[in-house]
Amino acid sequence: MAEREETEKKKEAESFSIWDLPDVPQKLPPHIEFQRTRVQCNLDAPIHTENVMYSGAYASMGVDNSLQLDHFCNNFRVEVIRLTKDDMEFDLIGIDAAIANAFRRILIAELPTMAIEKVLIANNTSVIQDEVLAHRLGLIPIIVDPRLFEYMSENDTSNEKNTIVFKLHVLCERGGPRLTVKTNELKWLPNGSELPLETKPDSNPSSKPRTYTSFSSSQDLLPEFSNNPIRPMLDITIARLGPGQEIELEAHAVKGIGKTHAKWSPVATAWYRMLPEIVLLEDVEDEDAEKLVKTCPVNVFDIEDIGSGKKRATVARPRACTLCRECLRCGEEWEKRVSIRRVKDHFIFTIESTGALSPETLFTEAVKILEDKCERVITELS
Amino acid sequence: MEHGAFGDQSNATFSLTEEDHTLANAVRFTLNQDPRVTFCGYSIPHPSDARVNIRVQTTGDPAREVLKDSCQELMLMCRHVRSTFAKAVDDFRTSEKVQAMKIDSKE
Repeated sequence: MAEREETEKKKEAESFSIWDLPDVPQKLPPHIEFQRTRVQCNLDAPIHTENVMYSGAYASMGVDNSLQLDHFCNNFRVEVIRLTKDDMEFDLIGIDAAIANAFRRILIAELPTMAIEKVLIANNTSVIQDEVLAHRLGLIPIIVDPRLFEYMSENDTSNEKNTIVFKLHVLCERGGPRLTVKTNELKWLPNGSELPLETKPDSNPSSKPRTYTSFSSSQDLLPEFSNNPIRPMLDITIARLGPGQEIELEAHAVKGIGKTHAKWSPVATAWYRMLPEIVLLEDVEDEDAEKLVKTCPVNVFDIEDIGSGKKRATVARPRACTLCRECLRCGEEWEKRVSIRRVKDHFIFTIESTGALSPETLFTEAVKILEDKCERVITELS
Repeated sequence: MEHGAFGDQSNATFSLTEEDHTLANAVRFTLNQDPRVTFCGYSIPHPSDARVNIRVQTTGDPAREVLKDSCQELMLMCRHVRSTFAKAVDDFRTSEKVQAMKIDSKE
């Protein structure tokens, strides 16, 4: 039914004449409204891609394009399509691309997480080089809420508020089979580092030896960690050992953001696409309809019977369209029959988390970070 | 940092450090929508420096106030996005529970 209305609107637009306009224009004429809100995806390239955001853009027509906050608040909607522990898909309707992109950029690069930064290697006789091993350890996601920790700068000492310490000690027995070292072998040390710093021999021998970290209390005394210990993401292969090879190391994890290094990015990735809108400009019948249904690789179109043996094509799943434009390529005049468009203010967001925080928490934190940035600019200006 | 003529408060360039396209594009969007603004844009002088120049030209109001108002509006929009999102997630969770209960009761 929707494409019927669109067909009528298009016919209306063609038979439009300026004498039909009301004396005081309230809305834009349909073709201008189409340019403002839809990206037309032609066979070669999309057109009308820029967003008309200037407040006086339609001043000559008497239509006000300025942003009214209450208009935004009334029209903005969020619809959650899928929400699991690790990923979510939701729609943001009524927002502009600049802000959606800001959220995406913050999700990827400016949300903090914990990741291994310093690796103290006591013994490594495996075939994996030290630096390669350290690089792999850095990329392992650590399942802990980064909001419970503070950033550590270079002058700070490592204490229980800014560092997490893991230990890895694996030995492959001689005469035994080859061993795969997975992240399950990384043990959390809630009391801090166990590797002693070299101290002068004349210091007090009965005092506890100083280690690489100075934890004043054990981390598992905190209520958040007493029942669920901090662990890395399980079942990730770190290295493979042959008989007689050994790895003994200690890894220190700190808080950081994705801008510094991608290991601190909390999302596997986050992306958005605009809602596709497929409109059949003319009725597509019989063999043409069959051809159309067969060419689409994601089954956007469907056949419906309209009686007396005739068939017609309808748009069943426009949301699944991947913009491959196969339906425009399957013959010469198909461009006049099928119109592929995108709705400029309807974004289908997908967030895949690496496991540290749930995806809806990640999005909420990203919006908070954008608010903080604005507040920083406001205080600098005042 | 604001660069502009001392006499004319309505046109100015603001140089923000430690910012990039994330904030600048969003602020440019809200600035453009303000009816007092005749021109606004942003540029990044060099991608290795974390610095953004935002240019604002208005119809008479001081540019600093207009920029502050746009940042304020952007903050309000963000708050609204957050609350709407939280409500949508809650609705989705309750509707999932209802669905699960319906399936259980059918069995």
